[in-house]
Order: sequence, then C-alpha cells, then structure tokens
Amino acid sequence: MGLLQLVVYACVLVFLVAVSVKIARYASAPVHMRWELYPVAHEKGRHHYGGSIFEEPDWWEKPRQLDHANEIREMGQEIFLLKGVRLNNPRLWLWSWPFHGGLYLVIGWMALLVVGGIMQLAGARFDGGVPALVRGVTLVVGYAGMALTAVGALGLFLHRTRNGDMRRFNTPADYLHLLWFAAAGVYGVAAFGAVDPGFDRLRAFTAGVIGFREAVPLPAATGVAVALGMLLVAYIPFTRMVHFAAKYFLYHEVRWSDEPLRKGSALESRIKQALNYGVSWRGPHIQTGQTWGQVATAGPADEAATEEKR
Amino acid sequence: MSDPRNLTIKEFCAACGQAADIDFTTLPALPHPYEGWEEKPLAAPSQTVMTNLDGTTAVRLKEPQTEEEKEQLVERFLAGLDRLFSREDNWTFLQPFLLSIDNCVKCNTCAEACPIFEASGRAEIYRPLFRSETVRRIAKRNRSKLGQVFDRLTGSDLEVGWESVARLAELAYRCTLCRRCAQACPMGVDNGLITRELRKLFSQELGIHPAELHEDGTIKHLSVGSSTGMNPMAFRDIIEFAEEDIEERTGMKIKIPIDDQNADILVMHNAGEFLSWPENLQAFAILFEVVGLKWTLASDLLGYDSVNYGLFYDDVQYARVTLKHAQVAKDLGVKKVLMGECGHAHKAFMAIGDRLWVDELNIPRESALTLMEDLVVNGKVKVDPSRNEFPVTLHDPCNMTRSMGIIQPQRRILKKICPQFREMTPHGVDNYCCGGGSGFAIMQSGSFPHWRKVISGRKKFEQILGAFQPEIDDPAIKKYVCAPCSNCKGQIRDLIVHYDAWERCGIHYGGLVELIVNAMVDVRPGFIEWQDIM
Repeated sequence: MGLLQLVVYACVLVFLVAVSVKIARYASAPVHMRWELYPVAHEKGRHHYGGSIFEEPDWWEKPRQLDHANEIREMGQEIFLLKGVRLNNPRLWLWSWPFHGGLYLVIGWMALLVVGGIMQLAGARFDGGVPALVRGVTLVVGYAGMALTAVGALGLFLHRTRNGDMRRFNTPADYLHLLWFAAAGVYGVAAFGAVDPGFDRLRAFTAGVIGFREAVPLPAATGVAVALGMLLVAYIPFTRMVHFAAKYFLYHEVRWSDEPLRKGSALESRIKQALNYGVSWRGPHIQTGQTWGQVATAGPADEAATEEKR
Repeated sequence: MSDPRNLTIKEFCAACGQAADIDFTTLPALPHPYEGWEEKPLAAPSQTVMTNLDGTTAVRLKEPQTEEEKEQLVERFLAGLDRLFSREDNWTFLQPFLLSIDNCVKCNTCAEACPIFEASGRAEIYRPLFRSETVRRIAKRNRSKLGQVFDRLTGSDLEVGWESVARLAELAYRCTLCRRCAQACPMGVDNGLITRELRKLFSQELGIHPAELHEDGTIKHLSVGSSTGMNPMAFRDIIEFAEEDIEERTGMKIKIPIDDQNADILVMHNAGEFLSWPENLQAFAILFEVVGLKWTLASDLLGYDSVNYGLFYDDVQYARVTLKHAQVAKDLGVKKVLMGECGHAHKAFMAIGDRLWVDELNIPRESALTLMEDLVVNGKVKVDPSRNEFPVTLHDPCNMTRSMGIIQPQRRILKKICPQFREMTPHGVDNYCCGGGSGFAIMQSGSFPHWRKVISGRKKFEQILGAFQPEIDDPAIKKYVCAPCSNCKGQIRDLIVHYDAWERCGIHYGGLVELIVNAMVDVRPGFIEWQDIM
C-alpha cells in the first residue's frame, strides 16, 4: 500500500479513537447536580417563553409532558442554521454559517465518495444511471463544500484579527486552525479542478481504501490535498473544534437535563453511589478522607478554627 | 496598573500591584432623570487586606508574609484546580465543568449578555470570557518541557504566582452567576458555572471565601439555626411580635402555627424576611389564614431559614444545609414544603436539592408563586385591584426564571391585581440580574457594597427607571418594584437608597405577597405602607 493510503487509515483511526475517548470521558462522568437553563426545548407548551413544570401546583403528581419534536427542531436549527449565533452574534454568524455549511457539505462529499467507491468495487460504470447521478452530485457537493469552507474560514480569520474583543483572546493555535481549513479548501478546489475535475481518480482511490486493497495512486497535487485534509481530520479531536460532539452533552446532559428524582429510580441509585466517593478537599471545614455522604452529614470540621478566624 | 479596557490575561497573571482601576466617572450613563448623576469613586483601598484586582475586596485576603506562604497559596490553588477535574472530588459538577472548560470557541458572544461587563464600561477583567479563559489556560498548562512548547500555541504559557492566585480569588466574586452568558452562548458553555467552580476551589481547598457566606453564613446557619444569627427562641419571639403586628395593622387575630404536626405544608422563608421585611411573613400568614391552609413554620435549627449560601460557593456546605432542611421537613411529616419568596432558596431546594433529597427525604417542594397563582387567578381569594392603583413593575429573580423556568405565575397574579403593571425590558427568562445575586447582596466589606450598587446593580437600576419613565418625573406617584426574592429586595433597596430614588422618583419596592394582601377585600385596606426607605 502506498504512503498516502496508510496516512488515510492512520488519520481516520486517530480521529475515531480520539473522538471516542472524548465522548467516553463526557458520557462516563458521574451524575451531576441539576444545572438546567431555561428555555428547555422539550417543555411542552412552555418552551416558547422558557417555562417549566415547576409552574404547576403539585407538579410531582403530574406526568412530564415532553415535546420531543420541538427538541429535534431546536437541535436542527442549531446544527444547520447556527440559530444561537445568528440571534446573539449576527456579525460572527455571517462567516460562521458558511464555514459550518461548507464543512457539512465536505462531510457529505466524503460520504458520496464512499458510496461511489462501493459502486466502483461492485463494478459500476459512472456514465449513466444512478452511478452518474452519484458522480454528478459528488461534483457539486465537493466543490461547493471546499469553496464554502475556504470562504468561511478566511472570513472567520479576518473577523478574529479585526475584531478587537476577539483578537485579545486569539492564540497562534486559533489562527493555525482557520488558516489550515482555508488552505485545505482553496488548495483542494485548485488541485482537483486542475488534475481530477470529476473526482474520478479520487473515487477510485477511495474504492481501494474502503476495500482494503492497493489503491490507485493519486497525482501528487491531489495527493497533497487529501493529505492536508486527512491530517486536519486527525487533528480536530485535540482542539476545541471537537465541540461538534460535545454540544450533544452540553445541551442534553446539562442545559436541558431536568429529570426530577424519583424514589427507587436508576438516577437515585447513581446519586447514592456518588455519595460513597471519597473527599480529598483540604479546606478547614472538611473532613478530608471521608466519603461525601459522611462529610455532608457531619458538622464543619473545625469550628474552633472558624471561630478564631472570625 | 493597566488600562482596564485593554488588559490581557498575560498581564493579569504577571502584574504586580492592582491589576485594573475602574474609573467610576466614565461609566455608561443612566436614563432620565439621572443623566448627570456622578458616581463617587471607590474608597481608598484597604491596607490590611489585598485589593490587587480592582481596588475593592469580597474575600478580604491578607497578603502572605513569607515565601513559604506564597508558595503554599499557589500550590494549594493548583491542587484544588486538579480536584475540580476529579471524578470523586467533583462528581457534583464534573460533567458540566469539563464541557464548559473544553468547548469554548472564544467567540465572545457571552460578553454582550453580561450586565457587569457592560455596566463597567467594558472593563476586561469583568468579561465572562476573561475569567473563564484564565482558568482554562492555567488548567491546561503542561508540566513537561515539551508540553510547554505547545503552551505557547494555546496561550497557556502563563505565570501563576501568588498575586495572580489572589486576584483570581477576588475575580470569582465579580460575577453574580446569573448565567445570562450561558444562555447567549451558542455552544452552551457556562461561564457562571466556571466562576462558581472557581469559588468552590478556593473554599473547599484553601478555606478562602467571603465571611458573609461562610463564617457568618453557612457556619452560623448550621450552628445557631439561621444565617442571621437568630436562634429558635428569638425566632419564636419574632413570630409572636408578628402576630401582634398583624392584629394592630389589620384587626385580625391570627395564630401563626409553629411545629404543627397536623400541617400539610411546611412553609420556609428566608429568615432575612423576618428581620428586614416582616410584612412579607405577615402577608403570607394573612393569606393562608383567609384561605384556610393547613400550614406550619418550623422552629428546629435551620427549619425557619430557607437560605443556603453554600449554593454560591461550596458544595460541602450546600449539602450540609440542604440535608438538614430535608430532615426538618421529614420530622414534621408534612406533605410538601412551600418555598417563600427567596430565589436562591427555590433553586437550592427544588433544582439542585432534587439530587440530594433521596429516599425518605424526597419530600415534594413547591414554589409559593404557583400556590398564590392558584389562589388569586382562580378566585379563591377575593381581590380588589383598585387598591393597587399605582405603577408596578416586576423584577425577575434569576434563580426562579432562568434556572427554574417559573415565569408566568407571578405575571398572571400581577395582571389580575395591579391595573398599572408593566414589564421591564427585557424580562422573564431574559431578565437582568439585580446585581446582588450569588451572595453579593449580603456582602458588606469595605467598598464592595459601593461596587455592587454602581457596577453590578447598574443595569437593573436602568431597567427600573425604564419601566417607570412615563411617571418618573413625579415623585408623588408612588411606584412599586415587585421583587419576589429576599436577596433581590436587599439589592434593590440599596439601589434605591444609593440613588435617592424614593425622594427623587417615588420608587419603592417589596414582595409579591404584600401586593396580594393589599388587594384582598377580606383585609383592611392599606396593608402596604409607603414609608421612607432607610
């Protein structure tokens, strides 16, 4: 197998493992105290003004009425329209939306390349029928994705450098990320446009990769484009760009997490388990070394010391 | 000292002496009739405690005297920071904290939502991102030489000395934890949470906290029975006095029940009401008497004071207080606990506390606002709105609205009993904090109250003026800011006094239940007394 093919495998593996580790870290965190923030999207009949079941007398006797459709609607608006950014920071949204839209198209393009690769492995010809349709859509989505990503990334780079509030917090890494996306997009359009305008060789390469066979070698120009892109993919999980995965937890496990505690529930069991965790905080009022349950039901550790301080 | 509008995180960490000096004479202007109002600057900084953040202090930290003390301050701070990432030590908030630390994209959308940042004239140290990013970069610093190369790429190559640690201890108390920033953040990152974790680190690891929250707050609460220092005997005296006062004001002979084992409902008030706003306690007693509720107060330690200042700064103290509260309710055998007009108590009991009131302690808890809505809006008490014929606006306590979603009951009540009710802008779940949240309203050290009134409370005062603009020039028209929260009332009272708003504009304040009782036809008119606010 060629070097580029090995690089692709390595980058995909690194991405999958690193994202999985990150997701596992968030998913396996212990149960936490309620910390929801209203409006909560699934509050039926109340989400539009930020209300909750706490507005009901004897709320604990009433069944929770969850509006899952609205939750999905809110998530969709957040993911595809960046609703929160548009409402609260419209100038940023002007660049952030094409950037994210471009990324979604690039992901779609990669998926279409895989579909095309599978078709190729099955012996399909791309001069008619469904394969031709796939080829055509791949073309549009691919160039649109790379171009939009480049435009959005460059726009965000300029916004970050010209906006004084943002500039103060920028680090070299922030510039690097955006320039890398912009370079990958610009170079990709240029390289594929010049050397492999229909992505036919790239599709053949993809077929080899997904079939774990010796892939068709790519011309140097487009090989560099693939390498640039895949190395970026591998790098993403190690940066705050991994917020694409974290956002699920931020919303569903924290901001919209309002499940009330019921006696005998699995949630209650998790709480009781956490109360057995050990405490190693060293504040003078804390009995270091005991469990949370013990510390929470004890008095302050050093009433004498507290009196002296007072 | 750096220009507060241009301070960088590196400068904040490396600076010697005071990091920033906020010029109180150049703050954003207030609306009419305060266009020409001149704010006095902060009093000269104390020489006995550190004021190296911005010239005032909330935690009253003394400067470490020896090199060993300085090193220990830094070592303990870094150890505490590590514990915030520990599954066992920080299970209470680990997941939300990790998510907020990892996923900020530094878009600064949060800053535009922050009332303190805006009211300070955009002083960098009060920008939500500034505080969080400082914590983030320190937390992500690498210890190895190779790792330190990457630190330069991510901005984590910061000096962390004793002065920067001391500044962070103060900076944790320049945010009211209102979470407007979290609401605006497209990621869902919560700078209010990060601030609270920072407070927790200082308290739980180093024992650094404002005395008003700890020694004179939770410690006193746990040992004496109330954060006010009121013991059970004093509580009973106050209740007796309240009964006498009710009879004098209304002619009604009411026996306020205490420790009634036959009661269905345990009512818990912020004990500050008993001392500062006894009319609030009295109004509840009158209302419940008229509708015939089977309710009671409790005289057990902590049973007569619903506050839980641990909510603001310390999970251990929070847990201790809330479990004692739960035990009081269980021992009385009530069917539910009713939260009086205190925002943070609502959150401490009903939201956060929901995770700790396990097994037989899982006694239902309800807001008094929902009960009062049922009584008033459904006609179970007869009201005459003409008794409340004066301008009224509503202050929304952050903990009830943004943190718990209790938005409409109070509004439905006001619309029924106050013909001249008008909203602030914005309101409801988009409200602005009063500026006294997270314990600020009770923090009285040095010049901190002045900072609280001029900076953290500025946006709220602007809103109050905005709501009463049509009548603002006539102080003879009495105006009522309805604030169904004790700490908010304290802050609003302080704002009114600071700006002479009672004399200049006729602005007064009070709770919601007082307005209800003022309108009740079964009660002698004139329950609300428009007295000069001291």
